[in-house]
Amino acid sequence: METIKLTIDNKVIEVAKGTSILKAAKEAEIHIPTLCYLNLHDLNIENKPAGCRVCVVEVEGRKNLAPACVTECLESMVINTHNIRVLNARKTVLELILSDHPTDCLICAKNGNCELQSMAQEFGIRKLHYEGEQSTYREDTSPAIIRDVDKCIMCRRCELMCNDVQTVGVLSAVNRGFMSVVAPAFERNLDHSECTYCGQCVAVCPTGALTEVDHTNAVVRALADPTKTVVVQTAPAVRAALGEEFGLEPGTLVTGKLAAALRRLGFNYVFDTDFAADLTIMEEGTELLDRLTRHLNGDKNVPLPILTSCCPGWVNFFEHQFPEMMDIPSTARSPQQMFGAIAKTYFAEKIGIERENMVVVSIMPCLAKKFECQREEFSTHGNPDVDFSISTRELAHLIKQSNINFNTLADEDFDNPLGESTGAAVIFGTTGGVIEAAVRTAYEVQTGKKLQKVDFEELRGMEYIREATIDFDGLPIKIGIAHGLGNARKLLQDIKDGKSEFHAIEIMACPGGCIGGGGQPLHLGDSSIIKARQKAIYREDAGKTIRKSHENPYIVKLYEEFLGKPLSEKSHHLLHTHYFDKSNETFIE
Amino acid sequence: MATIKLSANKIDELKAVCKSFNNEKGELINVLHKAQGIFGYLPAEVQEVIAKELSISVAHVYGVVSFYSFFTMLPKGEHPVSICLGTACYVRGAEKVIDEFKRLLKINVGETTPDGKFSLACLRCVGACGLAPVVLVGEKVFGRVAPEGVKDIIGEYTK
Repeated sequence: METIKLTIDNKVIEVAKGTSILKAAKEAEIHIPTLCYLNLHDLNIENKPAGCRVCVVEVEGRKNLAPACVTECLESMVINTHNIRVLNARKTVLELILSDHPTDCLICAKNGNCELQSMAQEFGIRKLHYEGEQSTYREDTSPAIIRDVDKCIMCRRCELMCNDVQTVGVLSAVNRGFMSVVAPAFERNLDHSECTYCGQCVAVCPTGALTEVDHTNAVVRALADPTKTVVVQTAPAVRAALGEEFGLEPGTLVTGKLAAALRRLGFNYVFDTDFAADLTIMEEGTELLDRLTRHLNGDKNVPLPILTSCCPGWVNFFEHQFPEMMDIPSTARSPQQMFGAIAKTYFAEKIGIERENMVVVSIMPCLAKKFECQREEFSTHGNPDVDFSISTRELAHLIKQSNINFNTLADEDFDNPLGESTGAAVIFGTTGGVIEAAVRTAYEVQTGKKLQKVDFEELRGMEYIREATIDFDGLPIKIGIAHGLGNARKLLQDIKDGKSEFHAIEIMACPGGCIGGGGQPLHLGDSSIIKARQKAIYREDAGKTIRKSHENPYIVKLYEEFLGKPLSEKSHHLLHTHYFDKSNETFIE
Repeated sequence: MATIKLSANKIDELKAVCKSFNNEKGELINVLHKAQGIFGYLPAEVQEVIAKELSISVAHVYGVVSFYSFFTMLPKGEHPVSICLGTACYVRGAEKVIDEFKRLLKINVGETTPDGKFSLACLRCVGACGLAPVVLVGEKVFGRVAPEGVKDIIGEYTK
């Protein structure tokens, strides 16, 4: 490797040729502030439009200051990262950005969690010297995401996520100069675009320009209503990330504290989406085996591979972009919706109340879940199976508002019957988890033999696209895994071109799976946080006594008492769905 | 926004334009240029077709269309009126001429009259500074235009 020597702040260092000044400084443990820059190392995602100019440094012999994020180090360069000229320039740049930014920080959704705000604090900005016109734009509220472009600083991180990572292609910078904004085509609202509501744009937005639709007040109102029985379910990935909002190390499991906090908040029944994840495996796993058997028996009308369908961002993606392939994904509803359907039928019956008097709240690492629970097909006579879906971040706010000292809570368990789950369910939270859970059950059902080892290491990891062949007692089952919609698109294109040899494919819209979801505590580009969450998920699985979905005693009971068997008529009615061609939905209002 | 439906042969013509640039993403601006030549403007449907042919997002196409003032999403009038705002024309009172067009046609710059007869645009220097202020209607050049003369120019096309 060719290296070069240079001096940064009087420190002589040696870096690889082609290294940016920003990276070289970091290697020398010199901090250069950045705003638009974003680097998700392990995912190989880097945003450096050099648009904000906050990272400027002085390079001796160069007339202008240089943006550190895009300027390559050269041999014998002498760089000053914090002399008076640099500091003044940075401060001016920041003040200019602030001069076209609302100053309603106190009531902004990002208050306390905003990179622009932190930077203003860090730089000691006390007065705005630049007065003038402020650009304004209409607010756009969709079922899941709010765009408040007045707060946009044109860092273009959202564009990177939407176009390069997810390949959804909804967001682009439009217009020019003072009038430029990041917007969908023809400046339509998000709900008239192909937006999947994956929320990855929200996850990287440094300001309050992109935020989730906040449903915490609706939840508080439901909790205060004495006529309502309020049932809560919490997704697997939430327990591996919620602690971060309370200062705990990334990867801290807070399952017991989570259950305790939900009980303190006043939920009547504290259940677990993991229960429904086990149920998903029963239905989806059975569907997989059914399709596989029929396909192998020569029925050419049965398409393979079967694709997982628990990720609502992914469902939105193929409804918009691959409508001709709608017969390939499993018809199984997501765990969130299976839970809602069972809670408002089976469980409502059990406790003797009408579905109208039950409110189902879900805690999700996801923003697309907000859209999913509002889908018409998931309601009965206008009453939705899941009333409100709130993100991990919203739950943290709710806990803080309610004066609960989260970190000192003693661990509690979930309630039964919809709170019991297996290790197979908890791994739904990470990329590779759903298919591993499905394999654990499908293998035993198909072969009639007990698995010697339930850990399928070959399905785990963080690589974008993974493949593995699992031996089903002589029958090799080829499995594909993709996370991030851009990678999903590659596997879909292969299927479309007839090149795919997989029997089953798991797809998660967000990089990392649900642990990296759009509703999780913001990782601000630090992908080691996502990895820590993944480890936590597998730790939780390993610690469970039951690790296969079909062995969950309450799932067995649910089938005995209520559903009959997987893919029964009742199951089809309550636990399966159908998809819609939305490819033309965005065409001309 | 215009909501016209494109005819099938126009769409084919547009696709042929994209093909002539090998459906290359990098040729977007050239494709848009030609497309505006065919349609006179770039309605949403045209942009959607181009996006599909070039395998890029519609948002991206719109981003480019909305960035360059040359591209327009509004149909031009039967008689497109362009007023030169180059330095010479400007100092010789082009702005007053624009105001008079706006007043008489009851439209703003960049708009088209409801009957589709006239549209109003500004341009920068047509290289006829000796004739400043200059007005173009279609291909025809009018020189030394005074606000008082605007009525007659419009009159020529409304006979």
